[in-house]
Amino acid sequence: MKKGDLLVFFIFIFLIGLLPVLSGSTYTMTVGIFSGINALVAIGLCILMGYAGQVSLGQAGFYGIGAYVSAFLSLHFGLPVVVSLIFAMIVGAIAAVILAVPALRLKGHYLAVATLGFGEIIYIILNEWGPGGPSGFGDIPHFSLLGHTITSTTGYFYLIWCLVAGVMLFSLNLIHSRSGRALRAIHDSELASNAMGLDVVVLKIKVFILSAVYASLAGGLYAHYITFISPSSFSLFYSILVLMMVIVGGITNLWGAIIGAVVITVLPELLRRFEEFDVLVYGLILTLSLMFFRKGLVPILVEKIKKLKGLAVVKH
Amino acid sequence: MLTVFLQFLFSGLTVGAVYALVGIGFNIIYNATSIINLAQGEFVVIGGLLMWFFTESLKLPFLLSAVLTILSAGLIGLFMERLTINPLKSTDLLLMIMITIAVSIVLRGILMFNFGKDPYVYPPFTEGEPLSIYGAIIQQQTLWVIGITGLCIILLFLFFKKTIVGKAMLACAVNPTAAKLVGINVSRMVMLSFILSAIVGAIGGMAITPISLMEYDKGPMLAVKGFCAAIMGGLGSNRGAVIGGFIIGILESMTAGYIHSGLKDAVALVILLLILFFKPAGIFVSKTMLQLRKF
Repeated sequence: MKKGDLLVFFIFIFLIGLLPVLSGSTYTMTVGIFSGINALVAIGLCILMGYAGQVSLGQAGFYGIGAYVSAFLSLHFGLPVVVSLIFAMIVGAIAAVILAVPALRLKGHYLAVATLGFGEIIYIILNEWGPGGPSGFGDIPHFSLLGHTITSTTGYFYLIWCLVAGVMLFSLNLIHSRSGRALRAIHDSELASNAMGLDVVVLKIKVFILSAVYASLAGGLYAHYITFISPSSFSLFYSILVLMMVIVGGITNLWGAIIGAVVITVLPELLRRFEEFDVLVYGLILTLSLMFFRKGLVPILVEKIKKLKGLAVVKH
Repeated sequence: MLTVFLQFLFSGLTVGAVYALVGIGFNIIYNATSIINLAQGEFVVIGGLLMWFFTESLKLPFLLSAVLTILSAGLIGLFMERLTINPLKSTDLLLMIMITIAVSIVLRGILMFNFGKDPYVYPPFTEGEPLSIYGAIIQQQTLWVIGITGLCIILLFLFFKKTIVGKAMLACAVNPTAAKLVGINVSRMVMLSFILSAIVGAIGGMAITPISLMEYDKGPMLAVKGFCAAIMGGLGSNRGAVIGGFIIGILESMTAGYIHSGLKDAVALVILLLILFFKPAGIFVSKTMLQLRKF
């Protein structure tokens, strides 16, 4: 991990600890929890898009798989929630392998449409054969570890953001490792990386699996927190929301995924008055950020800071 | 037995015709720009809903409404290209996919705001007794849908083969740099492809709405199925898109009829994935064509 990332990481941990103290209302905490869950999915997609240069419009599928598998196993087989979450991630990973092996030979548009198709198939399956059909099912057990069951919102806030911190730490280390450098090489030129002896396809599949595992974990956490799930939470619109989070935050910076997730989760809360407009507002945000802030919030911010630093050095 | 089968076949041909039109819409833009326009389904919805607006809400005569709908759709295609695709001037495929998704969400948002979430319908183009073949009922509107699709295909064929503008568009598809060198205005051709593709989509929407209703969020599914039709016949080939569209339409209505109606959308998606995984160049494409394309 780079020095700058470490500093940001500590600030990040500090903020997580601070928020419940500053504003511990159930409302703030709930929005915080959803931001955290979305951040998990967004981090995965950010690595896939920003570092491996692949696009996925099917993250909702993995998110749904995670939620349904973990909820079903813990509810019907009485598995401890931690175990069912692990199973959820395994099933998500298997689904990713099945999709990725043939799909990642495809490029650009074809991959986008293939993942979109996968997401919609999962959505149809959940609607047709999922427990409870289109209306879903409830009574999903809360998260518990070593006999302690988490029921409070603040408890969930800490749990989920600790997991986000853990996932972030792992991902930051990954992208600054050998594999991370290889991924960036793929992003810049597949042909050149192939010529340098990198196994491009295997690396891409691995990243795809990683993003699916993150999404399944997030889905499982969502199910145990909300204790009721139905297919409508896992439609194409969620995949597009995640895409938006990554783009708004900036695809070339992992911190962008977290910032993007928070912005896109908090935004509809601020726009409550414009309920009729929400789809339009989302669309305009995505279009405008693609047209004018293509780099995303975080990379632009980083550039500004670097410029300021440069100015300071000149003055001395 | 036969009656039921024929009934499913006819309803499959009807929706298949619309998928074929969506597929052709994909081809027109893909040929001129190598972009897959994921907002293609929204053009169909726009066609249906605007037609409703002009005929039912403003009570305008049928022909005038049809002309106004087509003009508006063309204008929307024009705006989409001039406001998003053209200023970006990018060859980054990832960005191009995302911008068309973004536009599709904006269009869906506008449609939802203006029309709400309810499905819309208007009377068929002609009133009259439905035909009956071996006991299977064919509504007159079904004939309209298939006839209009056929007419569109013939007109497009003539446009690309006989007119200078059509030939120029084809030239852009084959080699944009060479097209520029012989004096073709590539930027204008790209704009034209979006207008044309929006119109083709809207015509499909206008024709199908009296049969299958139209609502603001039908776009993505129509786009996926149209794309499926387009790649089945090899992306860029209009003849392939037509055959692909009908195959998907028929399979879909057979599944809905004989197996389970909830699975009808899954059919196209499964076919889509199978083609993408095993034969992304399309089923009806020759080996030489395959070598020319990049995946």
